[in-house]
Amino acid sequence: MPIHHEVTSVTLDEIKNLVSDRAVTGETILLNMGPQHPSTHGVLRLLLELDGETIITCIPDIGYLHTGIEKSMEGITYQQAEVLTDRMDYLNTVGNNLVYCLAVEKLVELDVPPRAQAIRVILAELQRIASHLVWLATQALDLAAQSVFLYCFRERELILDIFELVSGQRMMTTYIRPGGLWREPPDEFEDAVRDFLGHFPKRIKMYEDLLTKNPLFVDRTKGIAAISGKEAVRWGMTGPSLRGSGVDYDLRKVKPYSGYEKYEFDVPLGKDGDVFSRYIIRIQEMRESLRIIQQVLDKLPSGPIRSDNRKFVPPPRSELGTSMEALIHHFKLWTEGFDAPEGAVYVPVSSPRGELGVLLESDGGPKPYRAHWRTPSFANLQAIPILAEGHLVADLVAIIGSLDIVLGDIDR
Amino acid sequence: MNNHLQTPADLIQKKYRAELSSFRDHITLLFNKEFILEACQILRDDFSFEVLVDETVVDYWRRKEPRFQLVYQLHSRQHDERIFLRTSISEDDPNTSSIVSIYPNANWYEREIWDLFGIRFEGHPDLRRLLLPKGWEGHPLRKDVPIKVEETCFTFNYDEIDRGKPRAED
Repeated sequence: MPIHHEVTSVTLDEIKNLVSDRAVTGETILLNMGPQHPSTHGVLRLLLELDGETIITCIPDIGYLHTGIEKSMEGITYQQAEVLTDRMDYLNTVGNNLVYCLAVEKLVELDVPPRAQAIRVILAELQRIASHLVWLATQALDLAAQSVFLYCFRERELILDIFELVSGQRMMTTYIRPGGLWREPPDEFEDAVRDFLGHFPKRIKMYEDLLTKNPLFVDRTKGIAAISGKEAVRWGMTGPSLRGSGVDYDLRKVKPYSGYEKYEFDVPLGKDGDVFSRYIIRIQEMRESLRIIQQVLDKLPSGPIRSDNRKFVPPPRSELGTSMEALIHHFKLWTEGFDAPEGAVYVPVSSPRGELGVLLESDGGPKPYRAHWRTPSFANLQAIPILAEGHLVADLVAIIGSLDIVLGDIDR
Repeated sequence: MNNHLQTPADLIQKKYRAELSSFRDHITLLFNKEFILEACQILRDDFSFEVLVDETVVDYWRRKEPRFQLVYQLHSRQHDERIFLRTSISEDDPNTSSIVSIYPNANWYEREIWDLFGIRFEGHPDLRRLLLPKGWEGHPLRKDVPIKVEETCFTFNYDEIDRGKPRAED
């Protein structure tokens, strides 16, 4: 049975094939960074082999936040499992709900009304901005720009307020549901988003004024951890970390979902593939997200916010008192759940960190037989040994920050 | 199915007697595990499937024989096509060839599979547990491990703590 008796530390013997010979003779030193180090963005542990201050080898150790979400999902119904998706990547909760719902909808062939799709896009883009704000805040904080941290969290709060407005929750919203949305957003929703749109471009400019030409920031980011596009693709990197190396790949453009094909936006690309280009790209992406939200708001369709297929989507509560059929559907859906046809689907979306995908396999019953998450942070972090090689320990915090990892997303 | 997917799928199907299935818009090829290295090599070099997107396992305990199916997902950026490869792995001999030599990012995916499903990869450079602590016994994502039943990792209680204190009565 799963009881671990031993301490979890790694012995030199186990990793002898990963470090250089000089570590074995004691010429270089092995240094442990994390898991409680503040700039590892959670509980990431890095084992470093150092020659003076230069990193020779970097061996990441993950799993400190492993909560067995994939296993837990196998034991609950499709509707219940959605709640767990919020808890994985806690900075991209709406995006996790979105990809999960898209997968369920693909599995059971459920259509989503246009209004629900449009609101999903607004929320997903707001979430992208919120996530980039946390990234910018922590990246700047790691490089000792403390005021940027405070400004970013101030603006992020405005987005979380919008989430609270629509769903009643700041972070773990579970607002997007299979077949549409939980409820019609309140009347103030559109105004609140418009307010934010009017307010935010000035703020992005302020961040840029503070950082983009700041010699302290530029010195510590330009030319650090450069990776070529070819190498980044080979390591399976996605998202801004890949686009920083000039590779044009964004799922919103390549395989549009939820109606992204209707909106005009650019995919910013970097040239150098270093920490600085990844910074520039994410700043640009915030602007593009604002553009998308503006377009969605301008032609926000009216109509229902969830599918009327009662086999998968619960009826409105107002019908329960008058319609026997609605009552039966409601009862069946919330006690047994719905059966999904046998088969496996994989749905990817473009999360703030890259390609977030879920593989859902069904055995014909109401619970997922297997739910596997292909998470962007996991794939991107795997490239950190080649990114960090040859750089100083002090630069490592900039490198970790530039990958924008979320440990909940990696360990699941 | 368009040409960029049809040609490689046909080739794999013929060459390795693969079982082709299609669900929604996914093309899945199920074949014998000994061909996986060769198939990946061909798909990467001749058909530009240069990205390994994902690698995982589905456990069909008491449902199918052989018990495990390894799922590889390859992506061709050039044509934007995705192909799913599946290989069967039996319970008695849970090991297969590692594809790290072809796709370097298979490294962690295979470590995760070893950790959670207990399938070994031959030729893997560093097959340690990835997520669970190294003293962990068993492979929890297997279907024969029950859900929501968990033994406590820490055995101490207040009696034991007090016994260790210099002046427990305080």
